[in-house]
Amino acid sequence: MSKILIRGAKVLGGDAQDVLIDGEIIAEVGQGLSAEGAEVVEAAGRVLLPGLVDLHTHLREPGREDSETVLTGTRAAASGGYTAVFAMANTFPVADTAGVVEQVYRLGREHGYCDVQPIGAVTVGLEGRKLAELGAMHESAAGVTVFSDDGKCVDDAVIMRRALEYVKAFGGVVAQHAQEPRLTEGAQMNEGVVSAELGLGGWPAVAEESIIARDVLLAEHVGSRVHICHLSTAGSVEIVRWAKSRGIDVTAEVTPHHLLLTDELVRTYNPVYKVNPPLRTERDVLALREALADGTIDIVATDHAPHPHEDKDCEWAAAAMGMVGLETALSVVQETMVDTGLLTWAQVADRMSFRPAGIGQAKGHGRPVSAGEPANLTLVDTAYRGSVDPAGFASRSRNTPYEGRELPGRVTHTWLRGKATLVDGKLT
Amino acid sequence: MLRHLISAADLTRDDAVLILDTAEEMARVADRPIKKLPTLRGRTVVNLFFEDSTRTRISFEAAEKRLSADVINFSAKGSSVSKGESLKDTAQTLEAMGVDAVVIRHGASGAPYRLATSGWIDAAVINAGDGTHQHPTQALLDAFTMRRRLIGRDAGLGQDLAGRRITIVGDILHSRVARSNVDLLHTLGAEVTLVAPPTLVPVGVEHWPCEVSYDLDSTLPKSDAVMMLRVQRERMNAAFFPTEREYSRRYGLDGDRMARMPEHAIVMHPGPMVRGMEITAEVADSDRCTVVEQVANGVSIRMAVLYLLLGGNESAVSHARTTEGK
Repeated sequence: MSKILIRGAKVLGGDAQDVLIDGEIIAEVGQGLSAEGAEVVEAAGRVLLPGLVDLHTHLREPGREDSETVLTGTRAAASGGYTAVFAMANTFPVADTAGVVEQVYRLGREHGYCDVQPIGAVTVGLEGRKLAELGAMHESAAGVTVFSDDGKCVDDAVIMRRALEYVKAFGGVVAQHAQEPRLTEGAQMNEGVVSAELGLGGWPAVAEESIIARDVLLAEHVGSRVHICHLSTAGSVEIVRWAKSRGIDVTAEVTPHHLLLTDELVRTYNPVYKVNPPLRTERDVLALREALADGTIDIVATDHAPHPHEDKDCEWAAAAMGMVGLETALSVVQETMVDTGLLTWAQVADRMSFRPAGIGQAKGHGRPVSAGEPANLTLVDTAYRGSVDPAGFASRSRNTPYEGRELPGRVTHTWLRGKATLVDGKLT
Repeated sequence: MLRHLISAADLTRDDAVLILDTAEEMARVADRPIKKLPTLRGRTVVNLFFEDSTRTRISFEAAEKRLSADVINFSAKGSSVSKGESLKDTAQTLEAMGVDAVVIRHGASGAPYRLATSGWIDAAVINAGDGTHQHPTQALLDAFTMRRRLIGRDAGLGQDLAGRRITIVGDILHSRVARSNVDLLHTLGAEVTLVAPPTLVPVGVEHWPCEVSYDLDSTLPKSDAVMMLRVQRERMNAAFFPTEREYSRRYGLDGDRMARMPEHAIVMHPGPMVRGMEITAEVADSDRCTVVEQVANGVSIRMAVLYLLLGGNESAVSHARTTEGK
């Protein structure tokens, strides 16, 4: 078995330590560890984190392999420091049966860049009418525990109630894409000052907040837990904060782009800024940062949503919604949360590894950096600053809103169960 | 160096007054036996219409022909667009044929802005109406009509609309005409009041440089011009107001209401009118109503814009957002 010695890294941003990997396991953590028989990675000044876990990724396979595949998506994930990603169910065919989730799960394992944990659809075909076979997906080789119709809201209150109740039998969780469909017909961007001026259909905050309010109350009523995808408004933060204070079992995620970008960017009519939920206002951005810092929002999830060039190189209304995010997530979090003093690196590990792994029950991920744990690790050069060049992405798609923007931090190494998937910023 | 007209908000007061003054010169061409200028001889203008709009297209076409431009009309119906060709490919195809300017009407807000700023083509872009965003030449022809009627054809030269009180009534939410007019009239110093049921006013309107009222009757006596907007019948089914009759009673302009306007005040409408809905036949046909004049003025304004963008003083329409960078 091969040994790797990571020398002098700031573990979770703390004091410099050596970490010895032996095979798939962290053998030892301490100072002045012997390098005998080990390959040495000099990591002085860098921050060592547990491998990142993304609870919200679109890998597009099967069905839209022109925008991403399990291979390209997991390479992008490794490049961004991730060792596990949860693949959303809105593929073609939809991941609403044991067969589809097993295929996606197996592809991830075969490629070996990043563990892929499929998310199962809540309803057949994401149509919101009939529960998919949630139990069968849970019992399959993929062991699905997270269910979501993401891209669409489970808007029927009875179906949502039943799903919340049903998954209690095997400890599952429903991840809700909170979007009241009638209030968002023809929606193109956040409804507010900018949409009024630009003449683009509005996506009002209340369409998100009303669903979240309903669902936390449903979760309380049936004694289940609910996870809120890509929370985007200050009002949603207040509702989740209230729900948690009441003891309701709710968790919530925020995307990197909602921590950094606002709807002012839509003035360019450049569809690279078109995303669902839409970019909101400065006030929302600040509320989301504060909520992530105080724990109201549990985790950062990318909502990595690859789209082919032609779906963005067009007029706004015709463009697809979504942004790629796996390869820039940690840099955006450093920019918005660490460099602003809102989070320590240990807290980043919590929001981007420990807690997402816990919510999704990703075995072997989100574990402490200590002896005996699986060697899923990410090494970050936090002193780096550079501008984002999509040409260098491992993802098959380039629809990033950060092209040319200078961001801090760069993942230099990623290890998945002791195997390096990224070395000096290059995929293996 | 700017060569596009995308939004009325891009125009400074001096730009706008220059366009209005130039349009007065162009209007004199219409009084000549031969209604033609050689200014754009050898230049090619394409009218790229993705939405049906006979009156705006014909107005642009008349303006282009009076300036001796070669004119190509492209309408989306029956074209490759209906076979799935993108805006980018359509524009590039046209430019490859040697087009100097593109007059574009598109159902998607921002499409002309994308065309002008994405590096797809080099031609000048003139917005002939995009989605619910902007329709700058409509605002210019409206301002031209107001200046003529309220100040005078010759007395108005060099003048803006400072202190004039303009009321715009109807479906503000879905109206590119309202947005363009608010921007331009504000720039020209006018005081604008929007009147509509609250359902047809956009969230965020409080940041516009104008007043908003839900009560037409109290606004009329304080108006120098009242612009009625068309209310599309399909809004009926989306619960914006209970019935056509109720809308008409509360926000329609009839003879009684017109009588409450100051004597000098005019009634405007961008057309097409829905008689019996937002305006009665009595008002539409009265000599205070400028609908037909607006159509004639539209040709003069579009001649002025084409002349200034393509042939004349390039600084005329400057300071557009397209030059400000991102």
